[in-house]
Amino acid sequence: MGEVWRLLLDPLQHTFMVRGLIAAVMAGGLCALVGTYVVLRGMAFFGDALAHSILPGLALGYLLGGGSRDALFWWGLGTAILAALGIGALSRGQQLKEDTAIGVLFAGAMALGVVLISTSRSYAVDLTHLLFGDVLGVGDQDLLRLTIFAGIVAAAVVFFYKEFLVISFDPVLAITLRLPTRLFENLLRILIAITVVVALQTVGVALMVAMLVTPAATAYLLTHRLPAMMALSVLLAALSAVVGLYASYYAGVASGAAIVLIATVLFLIVRWIRKAPS
Amino acid sequence: MALMNWWRMVTLREREARHAPGEPLLEVSRVSMHYNGVLALEEISFTVEPGERIAIVGPNGAGKSTLLKIIAGVLTPTAGSVRVYGHGPQGHLCIAYIPQRNQVDWNFPLTVADVVMMGRVGKMGLLRHPGARDWEVVRRALEQVGLTDLAHRPIRALSGGQQQRMFIARALAQEAELLLMDEPFTGLDLPAQEGILEILERLRQQGVTVLVATHDLDQAAAYFDRVLLLNRRLIAFGSPEEVFTPEALRAAYGGHLRLVSIGGELIAVGDTCCEGG
Repeated sequence: MGEVWRLLLDPLQHTFMVRGLIAAVMAGGLCALVGTYVVLRGMAFFGDALAHSILPGLALGYLLGGGSRDALFWWGLGTAILAALGIGALSRGQQLKEDTAIGVLFAGAMALGVVLISTSRSYAVDLTHLLFGDVLGVGDQDLLRLTIFAGIVAAAVVFFYKEFLVISFDPVLAITLRLPTRLFENLLRILIAITVVVALQTVGVALMVAMLVTPAATAYLLTHRLPAMMALSVLLAALSAVVGLYASYYAGVASGAAIVLIATVLFLIVRWIRKAPS
Repeated sequence: MALMNWWRMVTLREREARHAPGEPLLEVSRVSMHYNGVLALEEISFTVEPGERIAIVGPNGAGKSTLLKIIAGVLTPTAGSVRVYGHGPQGHLCIAYIPQRNQVDWNFPLTVADVVMMGRVGKMGLLRHPGARDWEVVRRALEQVGLTDLAHRPIRALSGGQQQRMFIARALAQEAELLLMDEPFTGLDLPAQEGILEILERLRQQGVTVLVATHDLDQAAAYFDRVLLLNRRLIAFGSPEEVFTPEALRAAYGGHLRLVSIGGELIAVGDTCCEGG
């Protein structure tokens, strides 16, 4: 028993682990909450594209801000919101299929980001952090920002619960109830954008879609009530974050990837149990 | 609290149009609709009185769904206008549109009561949660369609008839006066269809007007006050006896409908049913 406690408490002697844990649980939980809508509305590709298309913004923030986290954050946020609304507008056009248009744009944006970052000297390290996250490098300032924005997004999800539910389940009903449908759709996209940016430090651009989709997908398999799905999704994400970080501490592997792997394993287990004779 | 009421007033005020006295319940005048240059509806005009039950029939692609969506204010016609009690549909909360069942994601994590409560969202206003009155309305709506016992059942576990009744309950929760139903009978067995028809009969007694898109000519003739025969243009509109003439049916269906005359009675065989249109 003492051995287990030692294993659990040992990493907590390091401030970077404590901060990392708090950040990973909060960011993961936020992604999972917003992610329920991503899963229910079939916006996984949108989320993935959004995460990737903020790379050029981050790169600019990085180059212009001299490595300051603040600059990185605000540039990222601006780009994310622009990209979210841009993709939304694109998906209303009718010339190309939505996923084709998104695919063209996000790969292009990603390439631009990589080109920009490659002008910097410490190219490889920086790119790795942006792509795969750097949760153990989270500072107090980052944590404060994460708390504030997570609070704002979570509050919006709660306040506009019934509106988001109606536009997601039955957009035609939303129109006959004379709700400002377009407004709420854009608001939801912006909330996803904010979530992606504040969670970026945990898992990075490349694995972001997993944080949005995987815990919510697992929860989806387990319940038939939306509030329960949200709660379960957040719990699963928090669990994945904690287990993943401990695993990365002891096995010495990349933390963001470890968190995503744990979430994926949880999904596969639930999927397998659900498929078993019911 | 005062702030909330003010917010509610601001957010609701412009959405609910007043019902002008003396105006017909529904007046569709010279409505045309183009999709990317293709004519889907051409110069449709008709008027509906309160409490009527109207069947909209016509072949696939005749524009039945499009017409219902224009009346609901979901689509804006290229030309012409729709008036509900004297105002455009965009101002009304009293129009309910019930989608075709295959347009709905039945795996959404919702219960029957959750879906019916959605009908209240327009009345609640922003930042409001369902109150005692909303729950009471939902309870009564479920009772009226006979789904009280299934209130907490996940929607994915419903039969086709129950799904359709749930949507009627949602329309009741919305306090709809004009109910638009898109192919509600498609894929339902006979007892389920009769269950829905019974509910529609009771709604008529409450003064709810119903427009139903259907491909079942027999049913349209037996259960509806008036029939609107549509194939992009309005071919005929009137009582079933007036509308179901060989000329009108041929004009609407062309070669897709075989008319057989048996002992003086005209029998239509083989509409190419079902989805879309």
